[in-house]
Amino acid sequence: MYVAVKGGEKAIRNAHRLLARRRRGRTDVPSLTLDQIAEQMALSVARVMGEGSLYDEALAALAIKQSRGDLIEAAFLIRAYRTTLPRFGYSEPLDTGAMLVERRISATYKDLPGGQLLGPTFDYTHRLLDFTLAAEGEPELEEAERAALTDEAMPRVTDLLSEEGLMEADPLPEEGHVVGDLTRDPLSFPADRDLRLQNLARGDEGFLLALAYSSQRGYGRTHPFTGEIRYGAVEVEFFAEELGFTLTLGEIRLTECQMVNQFNGSAKSPPKFTRGYGLVFGQAERKAMAMSMVDRALRWEELGEEFTAPVQDTEFVLSHSDNIQATGFVEHLKLPHYVDFQAELDLVRRMRKEWFAARERRDEELGLAAGKDQEAAE
Amino acid sequence: MTASPNLTSAALAPAFADAVHDAQSCFRVLMQAMARPGTLQAFDAAALVPEAPLPAALAAAALTLCDFDTPIWLDATLAANPAVAGWLRFHTGAPITSDPAEAAFAFVARPESLPALAGYAQGTLEYPDRSTMLILAVENGSPAPQVRLSGPGVQSSTDFAAAPLPPRFWPQMMENHRRFPRGVDVIFAAPAGFAAVPRSTDLTILEA
Amino acid sequence: MAPPTDGREPMHQSPQDAARTSPGADPAAQDGAGADDRRRIMATLATADATRLGELAATLPMPTGHDLIRPAETGLIMARGRMGGTGSPFNLGEVTVTRCVVRVKSGEVGTAYVLGRDKTHARTAALIDALWQNPVHRPVVEACVITPLAEARDQARNTLRQETAATRVDFFTMVRGDN
Repeated sequence: MYVAVKGGEKAIRNAHRLLARRRRGRTDVPSLTLDQIAEQMALSVARVMGEGSLYDEALAALAIKQSRGDLIEAAFLIRAYRTTLPRFGYSEPLDTGAMLVERRISATYKDLPGGQLLGPTFDYTHRLLDFTLAAEGEPELEEAERAALTDEAMPRVTDLLSEEGLMEADPLPEEGHVVGDLTRDPLSFPADRDLRLQNLARGDEGFLLALAYSSQRGYGRTHPFTGEIRYGAVEVEFFAEELGFTLTLGEIRLTECQMVNQFNGSAKSPPKFTRGYGLVFGQAERKAMAMSMVDRALRWEELGEEFTAPVQDTEFVLSHSDNIQATGFVEHLKLPHYVDFQAELDLVRRMRKEWFAARERRDEELGLAAGKDQEAAE
Repeated sequence: MTASPNLTSAALAPAFADAVHDAQSCFRVLMQAMARPGTLQAFDAAALVPEAPLPAALAAAALTLCDFDTPIWLDATLAANPAVAGWLRFHTGAPITSDPAEAAFAFVARPESLPALAGYAQGTLEYPDRSTMLILAVENGSPAPQVRLSGPGVQSSTDFAAAPLPPRFWPQMMENHRRFPRGVDVIFAAPAGFAAVPRSTDLTILEA
Repeated sequence: MAPPTDGREPMHQSPQDAARTSPGADPAAQDGAGADDRRRIMATLATADATRLGELAATLPMPTGHDLIRPAETGLIMARGRMGGTGSPFNLGEVTVTRCVVRVKSGEVGTAYVLGRDKTHARTAALIDALWQNPVHRPVVEACVITPLAEARDQARNTLRQETAATRVDFFTMVRGDN
């Protein structure tokens, strides 16, 4: 039960003032600019855009600054802000095949048409702290190496397998199916794959990572291969009704992951490869991989697989993936619950009284001396 | 793509001069009308010159209430000129529907030929808000009282009348109230301002 | 190409209505340049660096005394992906978009939709779109704004692709020994 409390206005005002000062920190240290955050904390910005479910680098940078680097608080600020803006419509589906690729790798094919492009990755770093970054100023940057371009196309790895019939085809839109939208209708079950993917795309990275990890450790029967990960810029297109044609609005950067799973076949379907799909705003490879693994695990019913693990439980996964909802419910526990707790106090006091009275009676019945017990004195 | 709707010509008729503040003041008036059923809340929409035959008061309500998520239904009079739908779409972003049961808002320029209220979205018990709000263009001045209103927002009771209205309008409104919390809400939009009879209002018909 | 299918009826429009064209809709179709050309220049204006666009616009005889039919406003568009890259659409997340519609004195209606929240960018792009639609001004708009912007974009994309190409790797599989 929630009971309104009054008072504390002055304390709250002072707490806000104090928060503002603590957020700024020591004033002899320069204040962060939003450009600095957007440029140098780009992966935090990507996470806030993904979990805030709004692509706007400058807004995400502002939210990170305001939230003192608390990325869940920052995503919360973004979700609150987006409710103040009108909806213009839905984009044309993004074409990740036409991506301006900055990174593209496959763990299934080494000789990939278009090549394996490492791009800006932590993968082959040694995870040693670089103390030159801690020194005053930046280390001298080396000019990025450039290589000649070829006209080689970069087909999706999964399309290569499709040609042999070894890979399941992408599901095609059903006639008359309205694409589910969590920003318009609250989540309900059973949830189709479109809703599941939207939920996962804005889900908490840590939660999805843990679920994906659990599926690898045996909670769920999956043995995934990274078919392909690609990261880069994709154009956003929009059909403007007043003009009667489709416009290019600009570019956003996305990470896409295709996770390939062996599939033994079932009564419904012959053996082949199946896949899970991950698509996330910004450079967010870990999230895209985890998303694709969880997406695949949630498809157990459609593929006629056995239900054995938490990662396959649609309602469990989708209901707990949103860290804004989760933090709201967990953190509300610190708000005043005085009246609730007063009632609990009364109840526990009464139960204790009854418990001691009952023990006293029992002791008397057994003819033992009641006065020896220290606790009875309470 | 089948037809390529060209809405730019419709767009040439302007909307509110001050989009934010005009919509806010109109919203305040509509909210007051809903809060005090049966009272006329003054609002002057004359500065608005939308596509004919959309009355300025309906246009003001549409600019204030409608957006991308609120399908609009237009009565036959308004639907007859596609420029009306074009103007509404351009300025509000709302989709136009021909199915009254799908409409969040229904705009009615000729209430005399209003279809049955039961044909509009009534909401569900879980989501009573998924219902239609009807906005009827009526005349200034009040004819002899037609109904006595009571319920939330009405101190004891108040008498109300509007014209023009279709035959059997008030008996339908009584049925509408009996469906509460489901049912439609009705706004009467006159050049002088707005009045409302929401579904929560109980009404008795006065003998003529 | 189709309007987004969100389950609602698109506005019905008869052929007569479609024929009732205004100066704004697609005048380019009537005087040599096609709708594809207009799409191209609108894309170039939308993807341009806002600062650079402002500098180049300053070199143009920009129209004065225009009407703001739709003053620059910021809103959201829900970006959609496809399952597996090519399958059924799903809603990925929203993007901020700013749009603007202007009518210049000579009658052309310019439109802009630009990612982000920069109202000046949207207004400038809409004005240049209107100016471009006038055949008298089109060559100068192409030469002074569109071409430099398109070249700058191509160059930036090429640099990025060359830098990425330098990280291309060839993996060798070592034979796995059984003993």
